[in-house]
Amino acid sequence: MSALKIKKGATSHSAYNLRPNYSDTIEQHTLAVLVENEPGVLARVIGLFSGRGYNIDSLTVAEVDHLGHRSRITIVTSGTPQIIEQIKAQLGRIVDVHKVNDLTVEGPSVERELALFKVSGKGENRIEAVRLADIFRANVVDSTLESFIFEITGTPEKIDAFAELMQPLGLQEIARTGVAALSRGAV
Amino acid sequence: MTKAMTGAKMVVQALIDQGVEVVFGYPGGAVLPIYDEIFQQNSITHVLVRHEQGAVHAAEGYARSTGKPGVALVTSGPGATNAVTGLTDALLDSIPLIVLTGQVPTFMIGSDAFQEADTVGITRPCTKHNWLVKETDKLAATLHEAFHVATSGRPGPVLIDIPKDVQFATGTYTQAKQVETHYNPQVKGDLDAITELAKAMETAKRPVFYTGGGVINSGPAASQLLRELVAATGFPITSTLMGLGAYPASGDSWIGMLGMHGLYEANMAMHDCDLMINIGARFDDRITGRLDAFSPNSKKAHIDIDASSINKVIHVDIPILGDVAHVLEDLLNVWKARGRKTNKEGLSKWWNQINEWRNVKCLDFKQDGKIIKPQYALQRLEELTKKHDRYITTEVGQHQMWAAQYLRFEDPNRWMTSGGLGTMGYGFPASIGVQMAHPDALVINVAGEASWLMNMQELGTAMQYKLPVKQFILNNERLGMVRQWQELLHGERYSSSWSESLPDFVKLAEAFGAKGIQCHDPDALDDAIMEMITYDGPVLFDCLVEKHENCFPMIPSGKAHNEMLLGDDSTEGAIQGAGEALV
Repeated sequence: MSALKIKKGATSHSAYNLRPNYSDTIEQHTLAVLVENEPGVLARVIGLFSGRGYNIDSLTVAEVDHLGHRSRITIVTSGTPQIIEQIKAQLGRIVDVHKVNDLTVEGPSVERELALFKVSGKGENRIEAVRLADIFRANVVDSTLESFIFEITGTPEKIDAFAELMQPLGLQEIARTGVAALSRGAV
Repeated sequence: MTKAMTGAKMVVQALIDQGVEVVFGYPGGAVLPIYDEIFQQNSITHVLVRHEQGAVHAAEGYARSTGKPGVALVTSGPGATNAVTGLTDALLDSIPLIVLTGQVPTFMIGSDAFQEADTVGITRPCTKHNWLVKETDKLAATLHEAFHVATSGRPGPVLIDIPKDVQFATGTYTQAKQVETHYNPQVKGDLDAITELAKAMETAKRPVFYTGGGVINSGPAASQLLRELVAATGFPITSTLMGLGAYPASGDSWIGMLGMHGLYEANMAMHDCDLMINIGARFDDRITGRLDAFSPNSKKAHIDIDASSINKVIHVDIPILGDVAHVLEDLLNVWKARGRKTNKEGLSKWWNQINEWRNVKCLDFKQDGKIIKPQYALQRLEELTKKHDRYITTEVGQHQMWAAQYLRFEDPNRWMTSGGLGTMGYGFPASIGVQMAHPDALVINVAGEASWLMNMQELGTAMQYKLPVKQFILNNERLGMVRQWQELLHGERYSSSWSESLPDFVKLAEAFGAKGIQCHDPDALDDAIMEMITYDGPVLFDCLVEKHENCFPMIPSGKAHNEMLLGDDSTEGAIQGAGEALV
């Protein structure tokens, strides 16, 4: 037994987490979770993320099969590869969860988000806003003499880009739905 | 066959149909209709505990000692919140429980009604699954599904919250066989992975089986198959706290418990092995110690029914998802079919090394003088009770670790302890649950005085149901494990780790009508233990032991398996730096 020569009763420092470093790369993944449409199922999923300290970058949920009583939760999350695997396994063992798909690794997929932008302004700004909206294929869904609401659909990156351009032109509010995603192909 | 009945009656009917014999509970306003039905039948025995936490721990003891799910019944609000500790305990140790809670009537939910709590909200993170049943027609099916969920896959506690109006209303009773469920976890392991493990076993020079509570949860067949596998291969086997008894302590290949207070030979074998075969254990932090120094040179296989346990903290090379018994059966078949090969030369050297480690005799202690050493008390308890049909429960702390070290378990389901959550106050009610399941067995709760006091009210339950549970209290008038850590970590500043104002345990026992025995003399210990064993009724055994004994071996926090402390002389400044912040 090697003697441990350390001062007895030294005061505490802080370092609970001695996790090994498998890989530090933070990856973003889009998970599609098919769940039983039961009361509390969303709370279970969200509680899992908060309870175990995982990130939610975006979350959308809606019933997708009324007769089959199924809802689809699309979660964009980020973490190391090990954490992502753990998130999928933890989701998979929730009793109400039927299926977990990692759209980021299981082949190509399509991601879309819808957003509404309220932009108010007059004169040149107003004209510029409409011009840019046209380039981004955003629709005007409400209009007053001093404001527009634009509806835009696309990838989160496209919406981010649109938001950046609208900022100096009188952007007031944004409402985003979060990501909806499906894998490409026949099934 | 469908039948109309009230929700309250459905509860009792479903319990009967599921083969439930004992329910541990405590009545209150929101479960009165169910209690009324219990009153009018004779199939199910209800045990009235003295606190809802006791009901859940008793159900855990019942479940752990029988392999069947335990059932608890409590009222809304405080009844449900008092059950939370037990639910969390059962979740961490994978104990199948069905906990039924009353709830205020559906039309009052959300109104802050008397004894209303958001029970499904509060218990969502501490149950495997839970339900709030709002329609009587769905109640029976939910009850049946609850039993299925609690006992399938990785077992765990489930909770059903039943509003009072749902209990009163009449609905249609659904039979268990009519219930459809999508929850069917995979039990068969992947044959390719199993074959890969069999191949690794053929060449390994320094293999070790590292087994856990999953072997016991998988059922008696798993323990049998494990014994067969160990006998056939001759590999050494160690186990976690939760897995003790799956392989007999008297078995040739047994090298003792591993972990923070595990045996020297077990931890050294884990550190130096070249093939680690984890069967139903989960690389808990009490087991691994410092992660980046955990068994650095081994190939690791992991058999587990829960995918989230695999690669959670330790990366494994051969993951096998499945039920232990199913996988072991296939593993044995594959390994036999491939010619029953092992690396005999390597294995023989490995055993020589292990025997050298064994010669360190890490559990040796000196019993001299007139004060009972806690280790000695347990050694004598082992000697005097090992021939009995014996079940052991424990509280949490030093006594628990000593019990794991000095008591020897030959069979599964004989050892009930709070492993994952470390719940002080678990052991006494658990012993009541065990004794209800095994009325003629010798049931002993090895306790510390501080833990025991946490659920001492259950002495009333033991007396009422004439349960002869033996409370073997190692009384050091200290929160021993807290004191030990303060000595090693906090400059011997013993902040609040004294048990001040302790009761006279003999008088306390007598106040309940139980028997009290006090012993402080090593020479009188055997007679006192025999008196405890032979007394027909609950006994409170106040064993006054050495007050400053530390529990060794010990892997200090933040250290690796090969950096164990073996005794008082080596503890000088044992923990430093990052390790000090660990628990």
